[in-house]
Amino acid sequence: MLKFLGSRAIASAISLVGLILLVFFLSRLTGDPTGLYLPLDASEESRNQFREIHGLNDPLLIQFFNYLGDLVRLDFGESIRRSEPAIDVVLRGFGWTLQLAVVTMSLVVVFSIILGSLAAFHVGGVFDRIATFFSLIGASAPDFWIAIVAIVIFSVNLGWVPTSGTGTVWHWILPVSVLFIRPFGLILQIVRGSMITALSSAYVKTARAKGIKNKAIIFVHALRNALLPVITVIGDQAAALLNGAVVVETIFGFPGVGKLMIDSILQRDFTVVMAAIMLTATAIFVMNLVIDILYSILDPRIRY
Amino acid sequence: MGERLLDVRNLSVDFHTTHGTVHAVRDVNWHLDRGETLAILGESGSGKSVSASAILNLIDMPPGEITSGEILFEGADLLTMHAEERRKLNGCRIAMIFQDPLSHLNPVYSVGFQIAETMTAHGQSKAGTRAKTIELLERVGIPNAETKVDAYPHQFSGGQRQRIMIAMALALKPDILIADEPTTALDVTVQAQILTLLEELQQETGMGLLLITHDLGVVAEIADRVVVMNSGEIVETGSASDVYHNPQHPYTKQLIAAIPGNGIMAQQLDQTAPILQIEKLSKHYGAFVALDEVSLTVLPGETVAVVGESGSGKSTLAKTVLRLQDATSGEALFEGRDLVQMDRKDLFKVRRDIQMVFQDPTQSLNPRMSIYDIISEAFVIHPEILDKQHWKARVCELLQQVGLKPDHMYRHPHQFSGGQRQRIAIARALALEPKLIVCDEAVSALDVSIQAQVMTLLKQLQDDLGISYLFIAHDLLLVRDFAHRVIVMQNGKIVEQGPVEQIFDAPREAYTRNLIAASLSPDPEIQATRRIALDELQGANP
Repeated sequence: MLKFLGSRAIASAISLVGLILLVFFLSRLTGDPTGLYLPLDASEESRNQFREIHGLNDPLLIQFFNYLGDLVRLDFGESIRRSEPAIDVVLRGFGWTLQLAVVTMSLVVVFSIILGSLAAFHVGGVFDRIATFFSLIGASAPDFWIAIVAIVIFSVNLGWVPTSGTGTVWHWILPVSVLFIRPFGLILQIVRGSMITALSSAYVKTARAKGIKNKAIIFVHALRNALLPVITVIGDQAAALLNGAVVVETIFGFPGVGKLMIDSILQRDFTVVMAAIMLTATAIFVMNLVIDILYSILDPRIRY
Repeated sequence: MGERLLDVRNLSVDFHTTHGTVHAVRDVNWHLDRGETLAILGESGSGKSVSASAILNLIDMPPGEITSGEILFEGADLLTMHAEERRKLNGCRIAMIFQDPLSHLNPVYSVGFQIAETMTAHGQSKAGTRAKTIELLERVGIPNAETKVDAYPHQFSGGQRQRIMIAMALALKPDILIADEPTTALDVTVQAQILTLLEELQQETGMGLLLITHDLGVVAEIADRVVVMNSGEIVETGSASDVYHNPQHPYTKQLIAAIPGNGIMAQQLDQTAPILQIEKLSKHYGAFVALDEVSLTVLPGETVAVVGESGSGKSTLAKTVLRLQDATSGEALFEGRDLVQMDRKDLFKVRRDIQMVFQDPTQSLNPRMSIYDIISEAFVIHPEILDKQHWKARVCELLQQVGLKPDHMYRHPHQFSGGQRQRIAIARALALEPKLIVCDEAVSALDVSIQAQVMTLLKQLQDDLGISYLFIAHDLLLVRDFAHRVIVMQNGKIVEQGPVEQIFDAPREAYTRNLIAASLSPDPEIQATRRIALDELQGANP
């Protein structure tokens, strides 16, 4: 197990370095931030001074190695835009995104697993048809459209919840609901399919022959086996949310890391972009590790 | 006999499929008394398992439908009972064990949990179940039960898993135990142990044992009475001995006639230059030695059978000879040329001469290819055999040779029965006009009567074409009728080899004697004496 964790950490570190390389040079391709930050009539002298302060005058390779050198000391540099450490800006945004992702995914996991399992128990029954109908709509509806329609109906017309921003519990309802729909539909479908297989398996037949109650057959015998493929998809969906639900965060003016990343790219605030990408990449790496560990907990045949 | 436990009356079960309604069981009547062992004997598709599934409410409805009849358990009709009442009977009063214990045990829970669950599901408190579970595991012969109770199904051997299933079924001392092919997936020696265990437990508890099987040997070993089923109907009932010695129905007669083990044993062939000569062939997987310096020869036109229990290395031998995997050391000379060291080009040519027939024709034939494509692929790969204009005629000829019709070539594998599929696999092997065919358990997935047909076909092809067989099997009776020479393997080594008569009539090694003694005879009287012999043998070398 320790050996496995170690090798996974090394593999992730290597891909992180590749990511840094890619993002560093790609973001430089977008152009010189000087023009964006100084007034149009700024003198060449002050432009040079700005470049000097932010290290933009050095050759690209030197900039890169300077950046790496700072990174080793966990110094992510200053935000050009906000003149505070980039990592602080990112952590603030990431905090919001993390909360949003955790709340949404918890609801998704609970509801999709319970409803998907029940749908699988009576395939073709009324409950199964209703669940399948709505989950297919959910899995295929574009979330930006749902977000806008939801604002029109629930905020503008009915006035039940605020249109955007943060502050109260009410502010969370629309973003969470909109983000909930797609992974819920998708995961419910996968739980259902996986449970249908598990429920027709030989060990479920044994459980029925043993006189185990239906509830225990579904939620004890079949579910634990059915969860293995489900967990992979949950991880995938959670990763998408951790990356920042860019569109939804933007529509609802939610100050998460996705919105921060888009803003920083537009402002050529390179240090913030880099820090945000590294933080989310690390978070996704940690989450994948958690999923691997969950796998081995759920299935005793998997040992690392 | 004791009191009547179970009475199945006029039971009919249909399955509604996309291809129409199948009458799985038609108007079936049988009963089971306390302390008695009843065997339901039948081949695949005979409906032998259906009535047992109906007893435990295990038939999926739909597509299944019970169209008539009643199942009386102690006088009460199970079929009209409320589902919750039936659940309370399942596992408590009526328990069941299945053919394949690995898939029938839940892979993600410890065996201890699964055994204890039977007790808690029927109202016992959790306290004390662990001690009872350990006790049960000890009773069914699991060593170190106290630590093994927390182990998972995949950590046990096949025989141990079946013991665990038995422990689980007997946790609440049921009145009836239904055993559906309980030993089919097991080695002969393990089969003998499991059957002995079932008999002992029956004597201890006085339960009624309902045994569903395709194997007359199992019936001879353990059953008091037998019900013979064919395509959903009971064709014959009677005591095990009566049915074997005086079968009334033509189907029963045919079934008994198809059982191997009564033919004349083949004489050894005259010594000629061997077609295959294996010298000290070894295969290691890391530290594990799967094949340990095995040496053997196969003569032209000879059948050499390799027998042994699972894990003895017999399949590894086949794969290594065919170069489906590389040997660690040793040589395998085919017509004087070493297969082990051969380069790709030569190997490609020599593969024409060595073909293989696998155990499961369902998996070894590509489901998306027509029979014509499957067989003629041989000519695509080796175009020098035949011009394209003759392919169709040759495929026709090959299909006829294996007893199929020429117009079968346009069908796909799923449109055939298991026996027909294995014939197709043989036709495919024959297309290359091989000199040696390696058969890895080629008939063990087939019913006895189909098995007999395929074996006759193989024998016929050998007489006509002079093909040699390396015949890997665990069924000793089959080997006895078919092989010229027999090689007995254990733990990757050859323990004994010789002409078939010597191996069966005068085996030298204790392992061989054990193996032969553990194999079941379909004749209840012979089986009874064999059983005594086995007990003595195991008493002599435990």
